[in-house]
Amino acid sequence: MSQNPLTLNHDVNDATRSAGPTRRPEVPTSPDIAVVPDTDPVFQISDLSFFYGAFRAIRDVSMDVRGNQITAVIGPSGCGKSTFIRCLNRMNELIPGTRVAGRIDYHGQDLYADDVDPIEVRRRIGMVFQKPNPFPKSIYDNVAFGPKVNGLKPASMDDLVEESLRRAALWDEVKDKVKKSAFSLSGGQQQRLCIARCIAVKPEVILMDEPCSALDPLATNRIEELMIELKQDYTIVIVTHNMQQAARVSDRTAFFTAEVSDEGRERTGVLVELDRTEKIFTAPGDRRTEDYITGRFG
Amino acid sequence: MTAVALPIAARLRRGASRSRLGLLLDAVFSSGLFVGTFLGVLALGLLLWTVYDRGWERLASDPSGFFANFVSRFPARAGIKAALYGTAWLMGLTALFSFPIGVGAAVYLEEFAPRNRLTSFVEANIANLAGVPSVVYGILGLGVFVRFMRMGPSLLAGGLTLALMSLPLIIIAARESLRAVPVSIRLAAYALGATKWQAVRHHVLPAAMPGTMTGVILSLSRAIGETAPLIVIGAAVSIFNTPDDVRDPFSALPVLIFNWTSRPQPAFAEAAAAAGIVLLAMLLAMNTVAIFLRKRFATRW
Repeated sequence: MSQNPLTLNHDVNDATRSAGPTRRPEVPTSPDIAVVPDTDPVFQISDLSFFYGAFRAIRDVSMDVRGNQITAVIGPSGCGKSTFIRCLNRMNELIPGTRVAGRIDYHGQDLYADDVDPIEVRRRIGMVFQKPNPFPKSIYDNVAFGPKVNGLKPASMDDLVEESLRRAALWDEVKDKVKKSAFSLSGGQQQRLCIARCIAVKPEVILMDEPCSALDPLATNRIEELMIELKQDYTIVIVTHNMQQAARVSDRTAFFTAEVSDEGRERTGVLVELDRTEKIFTAPGDRRTEDYITGRFG
Repeated sequence: MTAVALPIAARLRRGASRSRLGLLLDAVFSSGLFVGTFLGVLALGLLLWTVYDRGWERLASDPSGFFANFVSRFPARAGIKAALYGTAWLMGLTALFSFPIGVGAAVYLEEFAPRNRLTSFVEANIANLAGVPSVVYGILGLGVFVRFMRMGPSLLAGGLTLALMSLPLIIIAARESLRAVPVSIRLAAYALGATKWQAVRHHVLPAAMPGTMTGVILSLSRAIGETAPLIVIGAAVSIFNTPDDVRDPFSALPVLIFNWTSRPQPAFAEAAAAAGIVLLAMLLAMNTVAIFLRKRFATRW
């Protein structure tokens, strides 16, 4: 589906964004606009391409994802943001007929090496999806499933469930009804349950694929606060359609865009730039980034 | 130029903007559809009434004798005991064989099978098998189970034959309900480090179970009403004990009904109708359970 980029991004916040100035003053690049420590890279991605059959969805992405930070991935629809983060925990290969080229190192280990078990990769690199997708079971069972199938034997499963729900800022709301169906929760609570479920298997990284796009602003706010809290212990990569969200929560922002092929049929995602979030939003290094964040995509 | 604006009441009035023909067609179609539905219900009602009218007296006059007696040359003394036991055994055996195999096949085809020509060949043939007449399954059962595997006209042969006959429908029903489980549930499980089997075993299969059970029960209720395959494999009528073992010969309600209706005495026709009431009651009970399962346990996504 090829869309005019101008018609994309139907976020609530679009109104606010386009109301702003369309041209930003040049901000001189200074090294201290934001204090973002250069933590060790968790992912080192080099020349990553991803194919659905013959169609190349992303091309030659090279970037680092640093530990204990939130890296936001922004860009117009169809620019391969979701495809990109699904490469990081090998979720993409569940789709038949897909192929990865390039290399992703995770703490120096090639994620796609022959002897790497994708199941183990997915346990260590958790994922939260766009639409809350709790299992049709009790709140408790939703959280306990991951540890169970991974053979984690906590001293007390009850404690692990409680701890995970607490970390996801959900415990107080559900402590009296953990045996109730997860479907009895509101959308925002369900999404926090999905985060708790993810935390319960003790991952190192949490990938979030537009985790707030199905939520109202209040629920979004809670998830954002939660993310900032969680980055103490986890590395977070979040795909978002919402630039305000990226600006609010992330330390670094990667801007992707879609390159349209000569025949105009194929849209291939490319990384335009990755930088500290503040710099991306005040003094982007690339014209395309500036056009996108000022709402003047073109 | 000023158009005279119609008052709102006139504009909202029925037929103000839509043609009368359109409204008429609407009425014609909806009543036509109602008549169609009603005819189906009417046919069912007539059937139930006929069976009730012919058989109820016989059933009600001596219910304990009718259930407790074996067959007899004398219609007044004839009962359905052996056939009732036979049908119950058959039902159990058919469920025992067809449920695990059917669900297993469905899980394999839906979740694990590679998308290749062999898989599509198997899929197409399952759909074909669902359309094979039951008497042909009887011939298969006779050739394979009764003769080649030397089971004789036993409960085991009958159960296996009916199970084979039910399998295609069970597989189709189970696949439908597996397919109705959203992909997002599978992805959620994989993202937590579950293997494919763990995702299926803990989430996909339980979520698909109510729909699958409904399909299983409906095809079982079709199977226990089957006459032709049982006659072909040699189900008996004149049996004077209840089976203790799957190797025992057996009778079954539909076979007994078929036998009684072909006898000259009118009293046997009444007994056949009475047995028909019993069989119908069993079928309706099973279908009720199926509906209950679907309503009560189905997951609303």
